[in-house]
Amino acid sequence: MNFQVAIPIVLYLAIVFYIGYLANRSIAKTKASFLNEYFIGNRSMGGFVLAMTLVATYVSASSFIGGPGMAYKVGLGWVLLAMVQVPTAYLTLGFLGKKFAIVARKINAITINDFLRVRYENAAVVVIASVSLLIFFTAAIVAQFIGGARLFEAIGVPYKVGLFIFALTVVFYTAIGGFRAVVLTDAFQGIVMVCGTFALLFGIIRAGGGMEAISARIMAQDPALLTPFGAGGFVTKPFILSFWILVCLGVIGLPHTAVRCMGYKDSRSMHRAIVIGTFVTGFLMLGMHLAGALGRGALPGIEVVDSVIPTLTIKILPPIFAGIFLAGPMASIMSTVDSQLLLASAAIINDLYVGYINPDAAHNDSKVRRISFIVTALIGVIVFLVALNPPSLIVWINLFAFGGLEAVFFWPIVMGLYWKRATASGALASMIVGVVFFILLSQYSSILHGVHPIVPTFVVTFVAFVIGSYMSRPSVDAVKKVWE
Amino acid sequence: MDINEDPRYKLANKEAFYSLLLTLLYFFWWYGFAYGLGSKPVTSYSFIMGFPSWFFWSCIMGFVVFSFASWAMVKFFFKDIPLDSDGKGTVPEGEEG
Repeated sequence: MNFQVAIPIVLYLAIVFYIGYLANRSIAKTKASFLNEYFIGNRSMGGFVLAMTLVATYVSASSFIGGPGMAYKVGLGWVLLAMVQVPTAYLTLGFLGKKFAIVARKINAITINDFLRVRYENAAVVVIASVSLLIFFTAAIVAQFIGGARLFEAIGVPYKVGLFIFALTVVFYTAIGGFRAVVLTDAFQGIVMVCGTFALLFGIIRAGGGMEAISARIMAQDPALLTPFGAGGFVTKPFILSFWILVCLGVIGLPHTAVRCMGYKDSRSMHRAIVIGTFVTGFLMLGMHLAGALGRGALPGIEVVDSVIPTLTIKILPPIFAGIFLAGPMASIMSTVDSQLLLASAAIINDLYVGYINPDAAHNDSKVRRISFIVTALIGVIVFLVALNPPSLIVWINLFAFGGLEAVFFWPIVMGLYWKRATASGALASMIVGVVFFILLSQYSSILHGVHPIVPTFVVTFVAFVIGSYMSRPSVDAVKKVWE
Repeated sequence: MDINEDPRYKLANKEAFYSLLLTLLYFFWWYGFAYGLGSKPVTSYSFIMGFPSWFFWSCIMGFVVFSFASWAMVKFFFKDIPLDSDGKGTVPEGEEG
């Protein structure tokens, strides 16, 4: 193991632990109720933190490892695909926007499921939402844990040791510090990601002898690498256009990004976050994927997609920068896992336990506090054990996690917020049809000719939602609570 | 339904609409430059700063221009309003709608 590479990573882990400790102290001092503090940070996020946590939560291993690896293999066409995500920050914040923030305050919602519970007044809606959130998040967290451990492998730490360090860090600071620890570490991790991206892109262009030289060398390997269609015409139009639904519009329906839209302090914070968030998302997407695509001109011949970025980093950057860079993807993974872990814990404690099983517990702070720490840590331990030897079922579920969450949550959130006629029957129809249809269609995706299964799923769930709503009576009381 | 709607929602709906509109505009920029300039054979590509021109305009300038556009949208079209329940009913200064 190279110690110069290890120094920035150890430093990074130490800072993250420290932030968790600080957040824990602020929980002890808060005057707000424990649930409000632990799961939504007492709605105190300012613009910078909001922007960074939104971006960092959304940007995961796929933007730092998998995506750039594909750009290396396919060329600039894959960078074009990644750039679909430029609007995500202003679209998510602007579309859910002030309305979501105002509604959340009116009904005192601290999770997405709180909103669904008040808006639809139906236990089945909340239970289905919570259970699918738990299933998809658990699978996604396991997958991210594995990615984190692989990064440690890249610097010579054995898989199981890496997994242990990684899991211990993220579970510890999330469990003791709650939402505040999650968003503050996200802000720090966002900065690490930006620095890492800048270092790698700069290093690759320098190692390749400038842009012109790199383009010429890529052209000599395969001219198709320089087209929007990619090597072998891999990036077809139906394929790339589907990503506008999956990773741009659909992001509105991801619970872990949507919940951030009800946790900011005031409208000024949201305005600032739109600007900073848009810039940072665009910079990370462009920088990382371009680094992958140009890496081919600087260092050709890497075969395995997932090892492109670690290999480029170790071979091209000086060791100390390589350490800073590897902290980048690690930060991207941790900042996604922490939010999902906390929301999974919120689903159990806030949405199911306090929401239905024992509502009186909401007033018993010390009891809820104890349960919350334990549940969050317990989910972490379970996920760690599963990641030690991941069963194929988990890997399989993770394939549907991203699209599956959108299929469940997108229309119930959007219609619940903007359509007064939306009812519980509509939401139920859309959620159930969504999961079943999306997973089935994914099995037979060859009939779609390159269109991603999420696209027909969005159409079908929309129709199911509208029909379901019109077949039931308008929910007058709930609409009054949300609109008046 | 007879509902006495929170007056802040009118503004919120308008801002949500602007956000969708800016997303649509970005789509046209992204798609237009990528496939408008990039669909011809590679041998007839022109290059800007070492990048194929379609890529330079669609991805690099697209990112720069729309980062700026998001700032302009917030600065000129978004209004600062209270979000708390007790802010209900107060129409923000300079807000006509």
